[in-house]
Amino acid sequence: MDDASDPDFNRRDVLVGTTASFALTGGGTAAAQPIAVSAPVVSKVAFRVNGKDQVLDLDLRTTLLDALREHLNLTGTKKGCDHGQCGACTVIVDGRRINACLSLAVMHEGDEITTIEGLGTPTDLHPMQAAFVKHDGYQCGYCTPGQICSAVAVLDEIKAGIPSHVTRDLTGTVELSPAEIRERMSGNICRCGAYSNIIDAIEDVAGVA
Amino acid sequence: MRAFTYQRAASPAEAAAAALKTPGAKFIAGGTNLLDLMKLEIETPPHLIDVNGLGLDKIEPTKGGGLRIGALVRNTDLAADAKVRKDYAVLSRALLAGASGQLRNKATTAGNLLQRTRCPYFYDTNQACNKRLPGSGCSAIGGISRQHAVVGASTACIATHPSDMAVAMRLLDAKVETVRPNGQTRVIPIADFHRLPGTTPHIETSLQPGEFITAVTLPKPIGGTHIYTKVRDRASYAFALVSVAAVIQTDGTGRIALGGVAHKPWRVEAAEKELPRGAKAVSAKLFANAVPTPENRFKLTLAERTLAAALLEAKG
Repeated sequence: MDDASDPDFNRRDVLVGTTASFALTGGGTAAAQPIAVSAPVVSKVAFRVNGKDQVLDLDLRTTLLDALREHLNLTGTKKGCDHGQCGACTVIVDGRRINACLSLAVMHEGDEITTIEGLGTPTDLHPMQAAFVKHDGYQCGYCTPGQICSAVAVLDEIKAGIPSHVTRDLTGTVELSPAEIRERMSGNICRCGAYSNIIDAIEDVAGVA
Repeated sequence: MRAFTYQRAASPAEAAAAALKTPGAKFIAGGTNLLDLMKLEIETPPHLIDVNGLGLDKIEPTKGGGLRIGALVRNTDLAADAKVRKDYAVLSRALLAGASGQLRNKATTAGNLLQRTRCPYFYDTNQACNKRLPGSGCSAIGGISRQHAVVGASTACIATHPSDMAVAMRLLDAKVETVRPNGQTRVIPIADFHRLPGTTPHIETSLQPGEFITAVTLPKPIGGTHIYTKVRDRASYAFALVSVAAVIQTDGTGRIALGGVAHKPWRVEAAEKELPRGAKAVSAKLFANAVPTPENRFKLTLAERTLAAALLEAKG
């Protein structure tokens, strides 16, 4: 497990190396028709992650998700679909949850970013983290950091009076209810299907259980 | 993703001029659709112009009693705005029926109007697609076309426009305000903004090269009961098979626009005159020239029934 703490070495490096050797021996059409690729452009970006200032030199193409995982070694935030469909990469930026995979890191200059690592620690869990443990709100755990970041933001959104698809009266106050929580969590997919326990955990923290 | 260069624009006019200067350059705001497409190399802009710092994130009253919505107002903020919720509820409802909370927090008003189709053949670069690669053909025609357009399509393209918000904007007779690279501004009625595919499905709007959206305006409120009914394969976070936006007055007159059925929000003013005669009559006019595929013929029945449900809901 020592490798896990070393950002310079991981299983993917081994896989990439293997693939490259196949490509070399395979020859073929890719080499015959080279694709013109312009050189990557590197830019500096400064933002604050979990209360700590960070300055990074990044290829412009780097998403916020890859900046967190590959450059800051904050691997709690997960890469699921990488296309904004699964919610595993959900982080909180300036108080709002977003899909970190669909956002360029360079566009977060000066932003305040909170990841699962910033919500709590193993010895000092955030109430939402503790509730997920208590209610067994996961099976494999891969979607869990995104679920928890999303859930924390969902309760703030309801508190702030932001309506949802299931809000009956748009001109009234937004009620905290199980239906509201379910609708608002639809951007976080759990392939194991732990939804009922996830909802139990969020309702517990929200005080509607 | 292909490499690109990047700049932050200092003004709308500068953004427009910069876009004209580099062919293929794109404006980026929320980026939730553009980056998705760039990862798949369906979009390959050599240059990105970040327009987030332009201060176009306000919702203000207009002199005519309507609202001016800045191009960069996030979908969450537009849906939650007190005036929109009170006077243009169909717009709030449409926004809240679309995407996920995470996406609505990033996606902008102008970006929502400009989002590309989710036709699976557009997304698969191994397939022929006149929208992605003009002249290559359309694999959706004769392919799996359950989600596709039933009306207003062409032999070149049967894709649908994916937006819910745009359907409500069309219903409300919104206007799109722009600035061009030469600094001139203009106003495009939403009815003229999105195009039918015809022989050029890759040209989706009436925007000229470099033209930049600064705001979307709504006329003064029209009253009535506001409904947005969306039918989809799951109860949340899915694109519409059919959606119906409706504003119905107490005398039974009103407006109707549909999503999920055409290359643009589908509104036929002549069909609205049939409202007192009910959903069947309205639907007959809306889909008079429909050409469904065997796989999406069901949308005609679904649209009529969704419309009937919306009209029933409007009666209270």
